[in-house]
Amino acid sequence: MSASLLQATGMFGGYGGLDILNGVDLAVDAGEIVVIVGPNGAGKSTAMKAVFGLLHVREGRVSLGGEDITNKPPEQLVPRGMAYVPQESNVFPNLTVHENLEMGAFVRRDDFSGVLEQMYDLFPPLKDKRKQPAGELSGGQRQMVAIGRALMVEPKLLLLDEPTAGLSPLFMQEIFERIIAVNDTGVGILMVEQNARQALEIAHKGYVLAVGRNRFTDTGANLLANREVAESFLGGTGEG
Amino acid sequence: MLEFINFYLIPGLVLGSIYALGAIGVSMLFGILRFAHFAHGDLMTLGAYLALTVVLALGWSPMMALPIAIAGTAAVAVGIDWAFYRPFRSSPTIVLVIASFGIALMVRAAVQLFWGVEVTPYQTGIQRPIILFDALRVAERHFVIVGGTIFLVGVMHYFLAYTRMGKAMRAMSDDANLARVTGINTKKIIVWTWIMGAGMAAAAGVFLGMDTQLNPNMGWDLLLPIFAAAILGGLGRPYGAIAGGMVIGFMEELSSYPWIGTEPLLEPSYKTAVAFAVMVLMLIVRPSGLFRGRVF
Repeated sequence: MSASLLQATGMFGGYGGLDILNGVDLAVDAGEIVVIVGPNGAGKSTAMKAVFGLLHVREGRVSLGGEDITNKPPEQLVPRGMAYVPQESNVFPNLTVHENLEMGAFVRRDDFSGVLEQMYDLFPPLKDKRKQPAGELSGGQRQMVAIGRALMVEPKLLLLDEPTAGLSPLFMQEIFERIIAVNDTGVGILMVEQNARQALEIAHKGYVLAVGRNRFTDTGANLLANREVAESFLGGTGEG
Repeated sequence: MLEFINFYLIPGLVLGSIYALGAIGVSMLFGILRFAHFAHGDLMTLGAYLALTVVLALGWSPMMALPIAIAGTAAVAVGIDWAFYRPFRSSPTIVLVIASFGIALMVRAAVQLFWGVEVTPYQTGIQRPIILFDALRVAERHFVIVGGTIFLVGVMHYFLAYTRMGKAMRAMSDDANLARVTGINTKKIIVWTWIMGAGMAAAAGVFLGMDTQLNPNMGWDLLLPIFAAAILGGLGRPYGAIAGGMVIGFMEELSSYPWIGTEPLLEPSYKTAVAFAVMVLMLIVRPSGLFRGRVF
């Protein structure tokens, strides 16, 4: 197939014998922002978990940089350049901000002090809080710690599960800006988002999933302009 | 006043040290593996008897035998985990609790088989106390026990606060799923948890043997105060366990001081009830312990 960074084809799988994914295809090229949107229960987060080895893929294939990674556990995927930020409980609350970032680099045996400094440059609000337990931070700052933690391995592909869930519009905007900044450094991003409209605006490519299947695949702009997508999945008609 | 220090405060400190070392392991193991390890007291016993073998065979002091006892107990604990607990990792917690109960019986039976059932001291003969300022009578072993505890707590602190494995252990204790997703090698963390927990337990056992005598039930008998200490400090909080151990140790010893009138406040034979009372009270009032630990 193509030389995509991440290539998932025909993924079937679910929890306890019941399939949630009914043949999902996903592809992320190097340096792309790809967004998965869709109604609740469409299998968005599940598809991402399947890619990251957190859900058994019963049928289908996942590859990273041409290498088969189907059903490989996270501890083997992180060293291969893939990092994942869960939607909830995505920081170690009793560890300091600094320790959280260090943990992100657990799989690295080289000197990563330069990357640590980069994280503080990327997320300036964390600089003053580096000695503070991550559990004491605000939602937006916690999200920064979570993304920073994942970036510590300098991944080729970053998976984000609803990074703006539960954040105020102000913080949401800030997180989206950071995501673009991360992407500007060449990191490919696959993101599930509830705030579909804003996410598609920054996406190079978008997938619309419904009942565990691909419904639409197009550029972010085209999906936003697509009347059917807007009516059925973006909660409004036409451009908002 | 001097009597208070010599016969209540110092013994409280010694007992607290032993409880603290035992409770560290219980608390750490709960944080990582999420089950109450009922065989922990018997790991203490094993450590005490391993040191006894070295003492008898090589004529070393118990303190010199301590590193060997720690290493041996840690190795046995890692082996036990591999053989008996690992297969039940995804089973309900109660399975692991019952398994640890079985291990407790096995370890105790093995101790009785290898070392016999008699009560044995490390050293015979009278040990003269060291007299400080003409008045404070402190047995040498008490210095050694408290000093050894401070050293081991220092080692634990260094491990948890500054080493890659120690930080990862705290991370896994915080959130095991996130640790896995982060790429932390959780299997390796589990091994390290056993090494630290069982090592500290072995030291507690040796210290207890130095303070009193060795018998195959010595560790099992301490299980209750050790769990009380771990719960008091907050499960999954090794620092809390140290504080909890100290509090329980002091409370047990001080409970028989004649606070009111000339009679002991509590008959010394009821000492162990203090730990039990603290544990029950804590579970009712604040089950997360003093240091916001895990709740069952």
